[in-house]
Amino acid sequence: MSIPRLAWAYLAARPFATALSVAMLAIGVGTLALLLLFTGQAEERLNRDARPVDLVVGAKGSPLQIILSSVLQVDVPTGNIPLAEATRLAANPMVASATPIALGDTFRGRRIVGTDASYLALYGATLAQGRVFAQPMEAVVGAEVARRFSIGTDAELVGSHGLGATGPAHEGRRYRVVGVLAPTGTVIDRLVVTPLASVWEVHEAHHDAGAAPEAREITALLVKYRTPLAAAIMPRQVNATTSMQAAAPAYEMARLMNLVGVGVDVLRAFALVLMATAALSLFAALMSALQERRYDLALLRMLGARPAALFALLACEGVTLVGAGVILGLVLGHAAAGVLGSWIARTNAWSITGYAWQPAEGWMALAVLAGGALTCLVPAFQAYRRDPAILLKR
Amino acid sequence: MLEIRGLRHEYAGRTVLSVPEWSVAKGEASLVIGSSGSGKSTLICIIAGLIAPAAGKVSVAGRDIAALGAVERDALRARSIGLVPQTLHLIGVVSVRDNLRLAQRLAGLARDDGAIDACLASLGVAALARRKARELSVGEAQRVAIARAVVNRPALILADEPTSALDDANCAKAITLLVDQAGACGATLVIATHDQRIRERFAARLEL
Repeated sequence: MSIPRLAWAYLAARPFATALSVAMLAIGVGTLALLLLFTGQAEERLNRDARPVDLVVGAKGSPLQIILSSVLQVDVPTGNIPLAEATRLAANPMVASATPIALGDTFRGRRIVGTDASYLALYGATLAQGRVFAQPMEAVVGAEVARRFSIGTDAELVGSHGLGATGPAHEGRRYRVVGVLAPTGTVIDRLVVTPLASVWEVHEAHHDAGAAPEAREITALLVKYRTPLAAAIMPRQVNATTSMQAAAPAYEMARLMNLVGVGVDVLRAFALVLMATAALSLFAALMSALQERRYDLALLRMLGARPAALFALLACEGVTLVGAGVILGLVLGHAAAGVLGSWIARTNAWSITGYAWQPAEGWMALAVLAGGALTCLVPAFQAYRRDPAILLKR
Repeated sequence: MLEIRGLRHEYAGRTVLSVPEWSVAKGEASLVIGSSGSGKSTLICIIAGLIAPAAGKVSVAGRDIAALGAVERDALRARSIGLVPQTLHLIGVVSVRDNLRLAQRLAGLARDDGAIDACLASLGVAALARRKARELSVGEAQRVAIARAVVNRPALILADEPTSALDDANCAKAITLLVDQAGACGATLVIATHDQRIRERFAARLEL
């Protein structure tokens, strides 16, 4: 009959109080774990999507909207920019590569991006099947699109006009799938990629009027710098000397995370309040146990237990409760992330998973364990100081 | 086995216990008898090393309790002294066998279920080994408390008011159990009581 076994016996003897303490702690830990999973995965995803691009040049408007629409593919673009002006910018010596993109249509909610082969290189995409598009109305599909809609090479896709889910279909202009991309974990997994000319062709047919080549437009130009110095010069140069708007993904991502961070901070504070409540409940449970067990503790001293053993007994109970709360909380947080992820995935192209682990969760678990151990110190110390003679003087 | 010289204990500046000289030989059974508040339980606590006297010397098995450090005192109590408190307190959330295992472990002895079963059998409670201690009747708890006190074969058994809540028949049985068990393990027995019914069973007595 060791001290840990005795501690366990005491916990098992009051299952309701034990379950309540563990559940309260688990709810706090679970909420924090869910927040960490959600913000961590969202941030990782945003950074992965934005990292390959140093500067996005689009139509005048909100820089954040340009990044959201042209890099993350989640918002509508601010407008179009003249292809000729974009081409001139691409020739700037500070530009290492410039990838044009043209948006406008979707396939079952997934965006069709008109671009060139450099877009695939930007995200390190490789082919799982087939080949890269070589002519208008050929397309390659991202891994998530292929999996979700069971698309392989030689499939034909009909795009819908507009970036919403309910636009009219371009029935007369079908895309032929010539390749399927391997998963990259980036935005390209959720896209249908086709030559720029496909987008122009479809829309010129749709509007029943062909645009002159020199009047053609694109949605944005994704730029990679040749030199770090360009980061200080180019955005200002574009904004000041062209009709276009420059937006730096790194800066806009940081701004976006700050905006979202306010809400996350509120939820985090709420979770911390839950955890503080759980810590108080744990403290109350241990103090009550101490009072209920004053004669048991005296008996143990009478049998020869050292004061440190009584300290260890209470500490063991507290740490067991906290440990169980942390483990259950992490399981709950990951399960909630999994359920929430499946729910998000039904309506969105991206989601979160409960099978991932954020390093911050480890620190959070350690902090909760340390906080829980500190909470146990007062009752454990009181147990340490118990008068062993009370049983005989009773 | 037990020697007391010039023992005095005070509480709030008042002397509550005074024992000029008293000794009990090895294997002897002795009674400490006195009315309520006469200091019997205090004397048991002092002999067990649970409280320190204001003055005097108490030796158990040749060792001066006051001269021992806290760790040695706890070890001596665990290994050489078996205590039977008046309340017969047991750890209710674990089994009878685990209560005895706990006594073995706290005495630093290896787990010995054979000794536990033999001890419970000698007290007629072997069938209770798996029962939770909180489910026992008073009579059963008394036997288990005695079993716990003797399971480590201590040199000295201290029993505090072991018969105070018992009728005449059970009072006699309890004393017989204690004397028999102490005899079986060769221990010295000291019973503190105010119960005059058992006075005549002990030739060696300390009157408080």
